[in-house]
Amino acid sequence: MGIRNLINITDLGTDELFQMMNLADDIIENPSKYSETCRGKTLGTLFFEPSTRTRLSFTAAMMELGGNVLGFSEAASSSAAKGESVSDTVRTVGCYSHIIAMRHPKEGAPVVAADRTTVPIINAGDGGHFHPTQTLTDLLTIRREKKRLDNMVIGVCGDLKFGRTVHSLIGAMLRYENIEFVLISPVELKIPQYVKDAMDKANAKWTEVRTLEEAMPRLDILYMTRVQKERFFNEEDYIRLKDTYVLDLKKLEVAKKDLTILHPLPRVTEISTAVDDDPRAKYFEQALCGKYIRMALILTLLGLDKEVK
Amino acid sequence: MNVDGVSTGIVLDHIQAGKSMQIYKLLGLDKLSCNVAIIQNAKSRKYGKKDIIKIDENFQIDLDVLGFADPHITVNIVKNGKLEKKFHLALPKELIGVIKCKNPRCITSVEQEIVHKFKLVDEESGMYRCEYCDTAYVAK
Repeated sequence: MGIRNLINITDLGTDELFQMMNLADDIIENPSKYSETCRGKTLGTLFFEPSTRTRLSFTAAMMELGGNVLGFSEAASSSAAKGESVSDTVRTVGCYSHIIAMRHPKEGAPVVAADRTTVPIINAGDGGHFHPTQTLTDLLTIRREKKRLDNMVIGVCGDLKFGRTVHSLIGAMLRYENIEFVLISPVELKIPQYVKDAMDKANAKWTEVRTLEEAMPRLDILYMTRVQKERFFNEEDYIRLKDTYVLDLKKLEVAKKDLTILHPLPRVTEISTAVDDDPRAKYFEQALCGKYIRMALILTLLGLDKEVK
Repeated sequence: MNVDGVSTGIVLDHIQAGKSMQIYKLLGLDKLSCNVAIIQNAKSRKYGKKDIIKIDENFQIDLDVLGFADPHITVNIVKNGKLEKKFHLALPKELIGVIKCKNPRCITSVEQEIVHKFKLVDEESGMYRCEYCDTAYVAK
């Protein structure tokens, strides 16, 4: 594989994505084959912002590959609190690790990091900008559930304005044939124009609706998102909009039997906990897929993906 | 109105009418000691009106800055009274250290000494995007 860093999902070609998902599938089927592949390698996890799933799934991924992990989980416990720059932090940690996963609140921080070190950089989220490993997770989950990545109707629901996971998922799915999007959001949280332009450019069908009920019967995938409090300047607006869409068992009555319900998590109130036991709820399987695709990504960026027989 | 021709120097022609002072400042022409003539609102067959700048000296022009400021400019290099070279400008593919990203969430807003970089993504609309945060900037 040609790439050395993963900053944006578009860094990966369709064939590279395909190969990485195949590798993740193989890891799931044959975990013992991969348990020593990263022996002697260290992953640096630089989390300048809190995270549960992303940081822990990177840690779990490296541990299951037999490697080591070092790093910090918040800026306050690093020299960033003393005013150290991203450049200097990355150059330092690059001396102690073979690959770095980094989350930072400022957009473009991983680009700076990639310029300053020779070790591969994985963008584990840069503010409201990109979160490519979440998109990889979503693609792997969809492919494992549907056995395909083409010919489907995908509903995305909730905060489509600030939701970076939705923008990235749509961007990534546009490379596959016959994908239709149903965009479910309040007017205030509509998807940005540039995402609509991208869908038009790819000749993808899309419609905007205001209620989950009108979209539900046609959907193959329902991708729920949280209305993120941290994106609002005005708390009143947040409170007014946060409970616009709550997925419950009643709304699922008209859904397809083989619908796949996804959510990047954390969830707050947008999916009733009663839905968790419905066989169509796949968001915890999605969290598990996140670990396997990150294992495949680490192996690929370290150039170890071809070494396992 | 008569303005002498340039014997050795540079003539910037087809500047959008009204933009010559902006270009004068951008290129730092105020720091030159030679003659610099600015002609505003000259007649133009192509655009109706245009500005022209005549510089009585050959010096290194930053063509990226000039192309970004006005991609319609024609640059004429004159030597010993003869036109030595004439070329048209276009929007540069990259802008390095020319404009600053205004997105307060961009890493360039906090990280010291990062050179601001923009890439041309749409020539027709003149749209650039910050290489770090993808914020759009449209050249006017």
